[in-house]
Amino acid sequence: MKKLKLKELESCLQQVDTFESPKLLLEQYATRPHIAACMLYTIHNTFDDIENKTIADLGCGCGMLSIGSAMLGAGFCVGLDIDADALEIFNSNIEDFELTNVNMVQCDICSLSDSMSDTFDTVIMNPPFGTKHNKGIDIIFLKTALQMAKTAVYSLHKTSTRQHIQKKAAEWEVKMEVLAELRFDLPASYKFHKKKSVSIKPDITDKILR
Amino acid sequence: MKLLTHNLLSSHVPGLRPGGGFPLRIELGHPSELPPEPVPNYEGDEEFLRRLHHVLLEVEVLEGALQCPDSGRRFPISKGVPNMLLTEDEA
Repeated sequence: MKKLKLKELESCLQQVDTFESPKLLLEQYATRPHIAACMLYTIHNTFDDIENKTIADLGCGCGMLSIGSAMLGAGFCVGLDIDADALEIFNSNIEDFELTNVNMVQCDICSLSDSMSDTFDTVIMNPPFGTKHNKGIDIIFLKTALQMAKTAVYSLHKTSTRQHIQKKAAEWEVKMEVLAELRFDLPASYKFHKKKSVSIKPDITDKILR
Repeated sequence: MKLLTHNLLSSHVPGLRPGGGFPLRIELGHPSELPPEPVPNYEGDEEFLRRLHHVLLEVEVLEGALQCPDSGRRFPISKGVPNMLLTEDEA
């Protein structure tokens, strides 16, 4: 498979169609191509958690992260989202990009609990933050993602929730690493490693992405 | 929806027996191309493996339904997307 450069990936992701009328209560916004590209590139090149792996995208929306994963050689990607309109855009994106290894499921992540335990190698997501009468939803997404993933969960969260998330990671006995911090009110990105670890000292690598 | 995706899905309606709601029965308009049981030594059977690969990864169910083996509850599939949303009463 031809090695895709970061700039090429970002360029491709700029072609992904996004929400026409984003639903505020669902906190719908497309992950920006630059952020998606950087995030996916790191997951692929530093951690090798994309190529030939099965990947779930929780709260996939229009599919930015799923499509990027497919372009980096994912074995199989499944996007999950509650909104039929978003999935319709995702579907048309898949057709435009001529991807054959991406599927989607309409469901409410909050009602899945552990019904899909250990079904994917990797979970990559940009979950809702819980700012619209849905407080705690980011933690529910994280918990479900950790149940679904066999190896690792990569997720974006607000920097202001970092301590709370660290506490939860300790409670769930998973190892957490902060991979990057994005400035100007953009979320911080985290890697959650599935392997159980008693020492929960996070390895903080602060990279400022512009 | 590929068969591979179907294999990940189960009914998560609360109140089912442990391990229940799986596997979901696929309802289609036409019969499957696979035999009901794998033949003995299927690992060496090229023809069977080709058909299995095709059904697992290349066939997409566009319209149909997934039926829960315990409750009979149907989850519709439309435009290739299975709808696993629970109703207000079920959630």
